[in-house]
Amino acid sequence: MKLTVNGSVHEIDAPSDIPLLWALRDLLGLTGTKFGCGVAQCGACTVHVDGHPLRSCVTPASAVEGKDITTIEGLGAKRAHAVQRAWAELDVVQCGYCQSGQIMAAAALLAVTPAPTDADIDAAMSGNLCRCGTYPRIRAAVHRAAELAKGEQA
Amino acid sequence: MKHESAEGHVSGRATYTDEQRPPTGMLSVFPVQAPHAHARILALDASAALRVAGVHAVLTAADVPGENDTGPIIHDEPLIPRDTVQFFGQAVAWVVADDERIAELAARQVEVRYEALPACLTIAQAIAERRFHLPPARVASGDAAAALARAPHRVAGEVDCGGQDHFYLETQASWVEIDGDGTVHVTSSTQHPTETQIIVARVLGIPANRVVCRCLRMGGGFGGKETQANPYAAIAALAAWKSKRPVRIKLRRGLDMQLTGKRHPFHARYEVGFDDDGNLLALVVQLYADGGWSVDLSPPVLMRAMVHVDNAYFIRDVEITGLICRTNLASNTAFRGFGGPQGMLVGEDIVDRVARHLGLAPHVVRERNFYRAGETPDRNTTHYGQPVVDNHLPELWRQLVTNSAHDARRREIARWNAAHPHAKRGLAITPVKFGISFNKTEYNQAGALVHVYTDGSVQVNHGGTEMGQGLHTKILGVAQRVLGVTRLRVMPTSTDKVPNTSATAASSGSDLNGQAVKAACDTLLTRLAPLAAELLAGDPTDVVFANDEVFLRERPQSRMTFGELACAAHAARISLSATGYYRTPGLSWSPKTGKGHPFYYYAFGAAVSEVEVCGFTGVHRLLRTDILHDVGESLNETIDRGQIEGGFVQGMGWLTCEELRWNETGRLLTDAPSTYKIPTLGEVPEHLQVDLFRRSEPPTTHVIFHSKGVGEPPLMLALSVREALRDAVAAFGDSPAHVPLASPSTPEAIHAAIEYVRAHPRVRDAERA
Repeated sequence: MKLTVNGSVHEIDAPSDIPLLWALRDLLGLTGTKFGCGVAQCGACTVHVDGHPLRSCVTPASAVEGKDITTIEGLGAKRAHAVQRAWAELDVVQCGYCQSGQIMAAAALLAVTPAPTDADIDAAMSGNLCRCGTYPRIRAAVHRAAELAKGEQA
Repeated sequence: MKHESAEGHVSGRATYTDEQRPPTGMLSVFPVQAPHAHARILALDASAALRVAGVHAVLTAADVPGENDTGPIIHDEPLIPRDTVQFFGQAVAWVVADDERIAELAARQVEVRYEALPACLTIAQAIAERRFHLPPARVASGDAAAALARAPHRVAGEVDCGGQDHFYLETQASWVEIDGDGTVHVTSSTQHPTETQIIVARVLGIPANRVVCRCLRMGGGFGGKETQANPYAAIAALAAWKSKRPVRIKLRRGLDMQLTGKRHPFHARYEVGFDDDGNLLALVVQLYADGGWSVDLSPPVLMRAMVHVDNAYFIRDVEITGLICRTNLASNTAFRGFGGPQGMLVGEDIVDRVARHLGLAPHVVRERNFYRAGETPDRNTTHYGQPVVDNHLPELWRQLVTNSAHDARRREIARWNAAHPHAKRGLAITPVKFGISFNKTEYNQAGALVHVYTDGSVQVNHGGTEMGQGLHTKILGVAQRVLGVTRLRVMPTSTDKVPNTSATAASSGSDLNGQAVKAACDTLLTRLAPLAAELLAGDPTDVVFANDEVFLRERPQSRMTFGELACAAHAARISLSATGYYRTPGLSWSPKTGKGHPFYYYAFGAAVSEVEVCGFTGVHRLLRTDILHDVGESLNETIDRGQIEGGFVQGMGWLTCEELRWNETGRLLTDAPSTYKIPTLGEVPEHLQVDLFRRSEPPTTHVIFHSKGVGEPPLMLALSVREALRDAVAAFGDSPAHVPLASPSTPEAIHAAIEYVRAHPRVRDAERA
């Protein structure tokens, strides 16, 4: 099966029901995307498929053949994404394990809602668990990323 | 200083245990789990599993070459049980295979015959059947029975609190590879690499010097990897030993939740004596912790609960006893706060009970009972005999009352409640006094190893582990401050660099390891300063190390780079590597008498929370929280604020939405995020104000750069949410004299509490007469 990940096409040899997460991590070595729960309930495995956030742990790799898959490694491949810069600027991260999923969810939110309210952020990101409780800073960083992104467009 | 791995984390490059480059031929493991909470293992047949293509071995108790035990304190914890299952889902064998999928499929082929035995699944049952680990522990001062008898008022009651799954986002993980010389290389997501090393050596029956344990970083620990990383490292090591191949283990979420222990649920029975003004005069408490099937860290967890029941309150005559219930459940373990939260929850329940019994405002009774320094007779000494050193709490409390507009908001809430029959708001302020140091004195030591290379770059090694608390960033700050250099790296924790370390726990990581790193850096400066003085033609006492340069204080134009000095030192045959060592001064503790000076100092804080509760459903919203917390002179304010926010959120989860449920056979029903709810973004208070307390007087202790530990204490700030919920529940009644509220305070629990207060109006003195 062929997967298009971060702009490159990869031929993988795996059963068709292999979850995308394991294809990314074990076959392509892209370990930035994390396993948190395996049942699409924690958000640590969030990637973008054709720009939309998707839980890779429950998505068969075969279901996203031919689509554009973006992982945390590809998000800021050329230049760090506004979300990544905001995250670093505000020191959001504690243990870091959920954060690639948080960043992917935030980037997807900003792509459709460039200036989100707190309620927009809560609605879009309440499915991304963080056990360190970095939530106050996540909220602040999404707002900051929106500012940074707006500045770039101006 | 920014998070030392900030760039790695936001780009997905920060490496955890299960994300290293896999060596060729790496195998995976999967457990065979028992479907009984308590059973005898009659027979185990792995022959069918062994025939599955890709299976290399099925590990059973018979395969353990050394001691089949992973108990950290008491050796009561078989790595793989030989004949008895002690909790539902316990692994009775592990399949080793080419990958996890094959191992899982083959595990189903392992045939095990059991004889089910009666199981003990609750604290109540354990108490009834007298099933306890170890004899009772006791901490007492004065004569509580006599003081109770004399007290103008007495109330007796019971309190329960639930456990809490750690739910670290990274589950238990270890990789093990045995090299050609027979050295066992363990990489583990462990808070205690030394103990992981020792237990792997114990299980394999080899000396500790043949095992190296590293921890790269953890995707969360929270106490759940203080001891409970060890069995999984040991299984991977045993599998590697047996298969002669590298082996990885990374528990799936469900397995992690079923197999590993949690925060201890507690049951408490108490009797408290007090006067008309709510002054606490006597307290007798029996604490029962659910230890689960093995002892693990239950004794020190119970002891910390016993020495935190007082929280911030002075009581002259106290008797606390504690027992660890031996149930057929996963073995409960360390969790941020380590028994302190459970003890303090009980204490706060009691204080609230006293206040409502007398019809006084709980915050008034709280403040009235504070430990206070400088009063006669002494009311600043705990029931275990230690003075509350540098007690800033009364001052901190007053500041928070003012800054949060507490009193005005109470009046406003009373008005709001009068106008809203079906919803009520509640407000509460609660204090935190938390003792910092390991209760066990010997754990309060640390080592470091600092290397300077001839280009002036520096490698820092210390015994602490990074789990998101920012330890490595703080350590870099310490080394940078002492050496005056910026080209620093903290290396992954490794037992061949710094041996015989303590767990990174007890909110002591920055102080213990920071002091050890500082000692190593000081040694290096002591060696380098005379050479610098010689090269700059000055006096050694005049040499300044700053901004990667070395110069003379009096003649700053005489300077050289730190790299030039390092190079010159090597040429002059001066050692550029130093160890550092630290032990916390002045500690003593006798578990037998329950007396001593177990804590170097105390961390203080207080929080005001406001909630709104729906009378129809018991659903609540946290509207606002104001926190004032004492971190001393912060080593890193960004990190400390993050710890305060995160600790508060985690405590709030324990107290409100995280509920563990087991079925009647002892199977954990809440073993996934779909059934076990931790706080999400939406539960963070709409208004969360965190301020750092500025001391008015310098401390008498010498914590690293006058900072304070911050890992655990903020978790207990969340007790303000619990007490605010109780305050709101009380508003549904008619000034109830007692507001029993279960913990966690789920909507069901809150609804039950509302029903209780509606059914139990206050009996006023006039009505009594």
